[in-house]
Amino acid sequence: MSLRDFGPNELMFLLLATRWTILLALIAFAGGGLIGLVVAAIRVAPARPLRWLAAGYIQFFMGTPILIQLFMAYYGSSFLGYRPDPWVAAAVTFSLNGGAFFGEIFRGAIEAIPKGQWEAATALGFRFTRTLRLVIIPQAVRLMLPPTVGFMVQIVKTTSIASLIGLTELARAATQVNTVTFQPVMVFGTVSLIYFALCWPLSLYAGYLERRFAAGTIRKVETPLVMSAV
Amino acid sequence: MQTALQFGPILIHLDLLLRGLAKSIQLAALSILFGTAIGVLGAVGRSFGPRLLSWPIACYVELIRNTPLLIQLYFVFFSLPLFGFKLSSNIAAVVALSIHLGAYATEILRAGIESIPEGQVEAAKSLGLGRYRIIRHVILVPAARAVYPSLSAQFILQIMGTSIVGAIAAEELTAVANNLVMQTFRSFEVYIIIAIIYFALVQAASLLFAGIGKLMFRWKQ
Repeated sequence: MSLRDFGPNELMFLLLATRWTILLALIAFAGGGLIGLVVAAIRVAPARPLRWLAAGYIQFFMGTPILIQLFMAYYGSSFLGYRPDPWVAAAVTFSLNGGAFFGEIFRGAIEAIPKGQWEAATALGFRFTRTLRLVIIPQAVRLMLPPTVGFMVQIVKTTSIASLIGLTELARAATQVNTVTFQPVMVFGTVSLIYFALCWPLSLYAGYLERRFAAGTIRKVETPLVMSAV
Repeated sequence: MQTALQFGPILIHLDLLLRGLAKSIQLAALSILFGTAIGVLGAVGRSFGPRLLSWPIACYVELIRNTPLLIQLYFVFFSLPLFGFKLSSNIAAVVALSIHLGAYATEILRAGIESIPEGQVEAAKSLGLGRYRIIRHVILVPAARAVYPSLSAQFILQIMGTSIVGAIAAEELTAVANNLVMQTFRSFEVYIIIAIIYFALVQAASLLFAGIGKLMFRWKQ
């Protein structure tokens, strides 16, 4: 028995919940991007212990399900004596997880730049960070752009699991509407279309960038798993 | 603030953890099997089939790849009963996971098919090979070899993806974890153990896929 039908009000409720999906994706993108830059820099840095630390970080975040990471941040932090807000837990988890993936994407692009560029910079008396900032990254940006946009699609989709710690974004709004209308085809069909409308333009743009940059690329960047888990 | 980690109260439920692990592996294995089958059919249909076939396949791939697995899972779990299919949460999970992987496998295998140089096919034609044998031996097998690393990476993601089917009450590892948290109130320890189990599972699967790849594509390395 349904309490009410799927109508304009329900559609509006879903569209309003989409705001939170977009906001969470933006937070994850910004946080993950920043962490990723640092991680990538450390991964190619001369100091070996730092490289191992970064590698361990990447191993953990790419080798375990993001849902477990999210639960660990949300429920697990009661160990430290407090229960964070779902928003804090989700923002932290998605940023750290994204940081690992972005780190690998950026590293792939950085390592695709020929060794001669490093040597030339060293010959000019540049140190590591200066070489990275002024010589390597400006050239690597066009290589990292296509997989970065591609990974944004992944981020938008992954925000859906924040619903499982009670954050009311699009996926949770969908289950709520489904509970009162009992019209799953309509509800989840609509929600699929909303996610699709968010993700497809990004997918197309990533594909366009890939084709456009592929021609002039020095060699193909080995990008990590920028496909999908959830 | 608790002072020390206590794994004891969780590890006495080792049987539950192992049962959850077995369920996760089962879900992953079945969905990888069905998903790959969908992928082979999809890629062949899209590359060699008539346009009437390739267009719907393209829509399927794009739709699945641009929506979250969780929504696909909910769609299957809540909708199919309305059409008279009574589904257990396990079957719903396998169906959703297979449909999900199928789209990625289709796209990966299609990329492999397109990577085969035109000259190979022409050479095979000039040797007098028929259409079926060309597709099978000259295109599909080399294509599979070319994309095997991407495909097995996607399988690994699929294994981790099974963690969300606890959302529809399938009793896999994550669901077991959540039950254990409720029983023992030691959430941090439970999720550490579960993370370790998943990590070990993923590493084991990587080794397994690498081994299978070596065996399958041994003749030309």
